[in-house]
Amino acid sequence: MQRVLSCFMSRDMKKADKIRKGDIRSATRLIRDIEDNVPGAKSTMKHLFPFTGKARVLGLTGAPGAGKSTLIDALISRYRAGEKTIGALLVDPTSPFTGGAILGDRIRLQRHAEDPDVFIRSLATRGALGGLSKAAGDAIHVLDAMGKDIVFVETVGTGQQEVEVMNHVHTVLVVLVPGMGDDVQALKAGILEIADIFVINKADRDGTGKLYTEISNMLDMVQAFPGGWRPPIVNVGSVFQPALFREHVEQLSQAIDGHYEHLVKNDLLGDRIRRQTLVELNEALRSCILAPILEKLVKEGEIERMVDKLLKKESDPYTCAEEIANKYLR
Amino acid sequence: MAERKLRIMVAKPGLDGHDRGARILARHFRDSGFEVIYTGCHQTPEQIAASAIQEDVDVVGLSCLSGAHRYLFPKVVELLKEKGADDITVIGGGIIPEQDFQMLYDAGIKAIFTPGSTLEAIARWVRENVTQGS
Ligand SMILES: Nc1nc2c(ncn2[C@@H]2O[C@H](COP(=O)(O)OP(=O)(O)OP(=O)(O)O)[C@@H](O)[C@H]2O)c(=O)[nH]1
Ligand SMILES: [Mg+2]
Repeated sequence: MQRVLSCFMSRDMKKADKIRKGDIRSATRLIRDIEDNVPGAKSTMKHLFPFTGKARVLGLTGAPGAGKSTLIDALISRYRAGEKTIGALLVDPTSPFTGGAILGDRIRLQRHAEDPDVFIRSLATRGALGGLSKAAGDAIHVLDAMGKDIVFVETVGTGQQEVEVMNHVHTVLVVLVPGMGDDVQALKAGILEIADIFVINKADRDGTGKLYTEISNMLDMVQAFPGGWRPPIVNVGSVFQPALFREHVEQLSQAIDGHYEHLVKNDLLGDRIRRQTLVELNEALRSCILAPILEKLVKEGEIERMVDKLLKKESDPYTCAEEIANKYLR
Repeated sequence: MAERKLRIMVAKPGLDGHDRGARILARHFRDSGFEVIYTGCHQTPEQIAASAIQEDVDVVGLSCLSGAHRYLFPKVVELLKEKGADDITVIGGGIIPEQDFQMLYDAGIKAIFTPGSTLEAIARWVRENVTQGS
């Protein structure tokens, strides 16, 4: 029966089926096809979409070297002890000059490399500016459809404005380190606003108390927290003091679970997912409507002709755009 | 369709902890436009094979200075084959005496580079001999 059915399955359906059964090679290749814009990748995604929405997705963001990967490593151990299956997507920057990238987050996670229930995949930003890669959203769906219970997403080392992770995860952890206490002021807008949980990492260092107070004070100024959730601040001490570190990681995982329960209990998870789905749809519309038009304009030389007109002040950008809109969007 | 990116893993199996050379190579690969997964020192062949598969790399570049390449390099090839991933090209580098070359080629190592090889030559070999996403 299986055999007979499989004759009627398209190639993309078969691929999707293999991925749902947990086949790593098919999954990692699909992610690559999405990264490389291979025609057909979208079609496989269509078959996977109905099976997404089960995984819990956790995002970690914070300055370069803050300890995001080290924390993911520790959290994986914690959740593996509870028999959870894990996916992890680790994003590092693409060089704007050569298009190449060194993806080094994996170094910290190598003790999980052979665990068949942990699937780790590195991604390069490929020019995306939000701290993730354009393929990240679909890559999360792939791991989700594979049946991973928990999916970790590590952003590139961020400054203030790389907040794209909020559009893809259920819980955002912002990882800070002492010694940047004075910078909290400067960071106020941006990544501090998207935190569901603050982690003060390397809390064995001087300045931990000061940083804690700064964040605390900042939170005290907030009139009303969206959804009534005041982000907790969790201190995580040195990874080089294993017993204490494990205890702190346990506290962190309780904070993570607490946030998830809060979302579920207060009917906020649905809102969050709805907002994220809207962003995803926007993205898809852009890539299916705008991108082909742009491609056509480039191919036909129309773009260059418009630029010429602008340079000669014979037209302006809005008029040009309206002309194109009138032509294509009647 | 945009051109496929070449994905390459640089790994150091075995006990020696000198990864300066491997890091320089990783950087050169990046500057050649490749996406380089760098996994650091002290990797077991099992970790290397599993990571290479999860990362969907086209090439695994092994670097070994300790002299254990006769065991470690073939082992990685064997493990990849076991997992049905023998399409991944394995190359090796480090302090490797010439009399070991044939044994490594026979074991499935596709190219060997010694301290005399230039970074450009290594990247060129990869570009000329590996098809991305094949
Ligand atoms: N003192 C101290 N060092 C730590 C701690 N956790 C991590 N580190 C070190 O900090 C450095 C960076 O750690 P990573 O986990 O790679 O940090 P990251 O935020 O993932 O870094 P990027 O991905 O490069 O942005 C490493 O050298 C770690 O060994 C800690 O608790 N205490
Ligand atoms: Mg990292």
